[in-house]
Amino acid sequence: MARQASQMIAFTKAMSHGQLPVPVEPTASPVADQCKIRFRGLRKDFTAGSRIFTALDEINLDIANGTFFVIVGPSGCGKTTLLRMLAGLERPSAGTIECARSGSARPRMSMVFQGDAIFPWMNVWDNAAYALKLRNVPAGEIADVVGHFLDRTGLTRFAKAYPHQLSGGMRQRVSIARAFANDPEILLMDEPFSALDEQNKTLLQEELLRIWDETKKTVLFITHSVDEAVTLGDKIMIMTAHPGRIKELVDVPFERPRKVIDLRAQPAYGELVFRIWGYLRDEVQQARLQSECRLEGKSGA
Amino acid sequence: MNVQAGSPDFVTVASTSAKRRMSLGFGSAVTDRIMTLVSPLALLVVWELAGRAGLLDQRYFPTPSTIFSALHALAVSGELWSHTKASLLRLALGFLVGGIPALAIGIFMGLSRPIRLVVDPLIAATYPVPKSAILPLLLLIFGLGEGSKIAMVAIGVFYPVAINTTAGVLTINKVYFEVGTHFEATKWQVFRTIAFPGALPLIMTGIKLGAGLGLVLIALAEMVGAKQGLGYMIWNSWELLAVDTMYAGVLTIAVIGFVLTVFFNEVERLLVPWNRTS
Repeated sequence: MARQASQMIAFTKAMSHGQLPVPVEPTASPVADQCKIRFRGLRKDFTAGSRIFTALDEINLDIANGTFFVIVGPSGCGKTTLLRMLAGLERPSAGTIECARSGSARPRMSMVFQGDAIFPWMNVWDNAAYALKLRNVPAGEIADVVGHFLDRTGLTRFAKAYPHQLSGGMRQRVSIARAFANDPEILLMDEPFSALDEQNKTLLQEELLRIWDETKKTVLFITHSVDEAVTLGDKIMIMTAHPGRIKELVDVPFERPRKVIDLRAQPAYGELVFRIWGYLRDEVQQARLQSECRLEGKSGA
Repeated sequence: MNVQAGSPDFVTVASTSAKRRMSLGFGSAVTDRIMTLVSPLALLVVWELAGRAGLLDQRYFPTPSTIFSALHALAVSGELWSHTKASLLRLALGFLVGGIPALAIGIFMGLSRPIRLVVDPLIAATYPVPKSAILPLLLLIFGLGEGSKIAMVAIGVFYPVAINTTAGVLTINKVYFEVGTHFEATKWQVFRTIAFPGALPLIMTGIKLGAGLGLVLIALAEMVGAKQGLGYMIWNSWELLAVDTMYAGVLTIAVIGFVLTVFFNEVERLLVPWNRTS
């Protein structure tokens, strides 16, 4: 057990407020053998003027290797903050995030950002190759890998096109190709399809499932759509309204490979969506009440 | 019920575009470029006609045809070319001397808040000083030779390029820098793949403004203590009361300005193919 603990490396630590990182207790459960990401006592505060606002609190969580892990929660529950801490864009206020050491030279994680985050000044090919070029991967290898993922995302014909010439769905495909081409151990996806129309969303979900079935990477996927969570995920975490805490962890029993439309036709699918909505409804209502209170407070002042 | 087109019950709200018919089969890019030539040519025609009709005093406003023949004579003698070459060389050197540091400083100011806080007041305080007002100072420092001319252009180019480059970096969406951070780009990689290309549309604006200002300043600087250059040619022809030559010099500068604008627009088309507005 101590050996397992030493195999985990902390790559983000509490830095602000002078707190020491929380020591990690070795977990006894057999799942820990394959544990990929471990959150312990994670908290994130933001300061707005003189007020401290806790976005996330008491996150204790193990994510097993190869899991498609989906986080749903009301807006403002800190789910994006959680992902940003993993991606190295924010630091925890307390607690640790640890990641299993793999010994390979592959990058630890790649993120598909929310909305338009591909470079308008690079064509599709250069965007997809971006992370590989930064790491000085040999040109031949870049050509193979990028060619493969452009093919998988249906973008081969548009390799020389610039983002402004593409539709929103195609731009998001480029973003996905960029993250997959980097071949990370963990893939982070922050509401990647939220800006797309329903048809495009379904198509991209199918494509994502197909590519994911080939690679079986550990995925952390954030969404506000319960349908999307049930369609894609192995495990779904429902979060509370602010501060964001873990409310419920739900296993998704559906077999893979999945077909999005066939899956949605099953009665069990509807039941699961209904169950998750049950957990979520209270939180969404509470989030709405809180934001209404804030608005009233402002207009009253 | 069949209703024929043009029946009183219906009004045409859309049909083959009238604009399309007007373009005479040219591609729209070609039409755009031709359009930019129309207005300067129209001005020359009006001027010529007004001169011949006696509406303009020939002592002050010789007709374009007289100016062109003076220009032709100067070109044949080689005098025009030697003056133009001297001015263009100073312009090019001044452009490099002023533009390259401006680009670097602008990008550093855009990327680093501390650098911006330190450098910005200096730029804000010196920018409004008329560049012509410091010509005597430059003559004092660099002498009557090439140095003072090049310095004049360099100072003129520096400000628009530096200010626009800073603004260009600051307008880049924060998410692109986060992508760089997330994929562990080094400082140099952030500069090369995000800050510079992202700021390029505004850098080009700065360069175009700088080119215009540089041309103004080179003509001015050459009027003092120079023995060559278009500014000298204009000043000298005033002293000799050779109005035709004076206009020939002014016209040459105008043409250089126009060619530079067209040139930089083309450069922009090549370098910034992703910018929808260009």
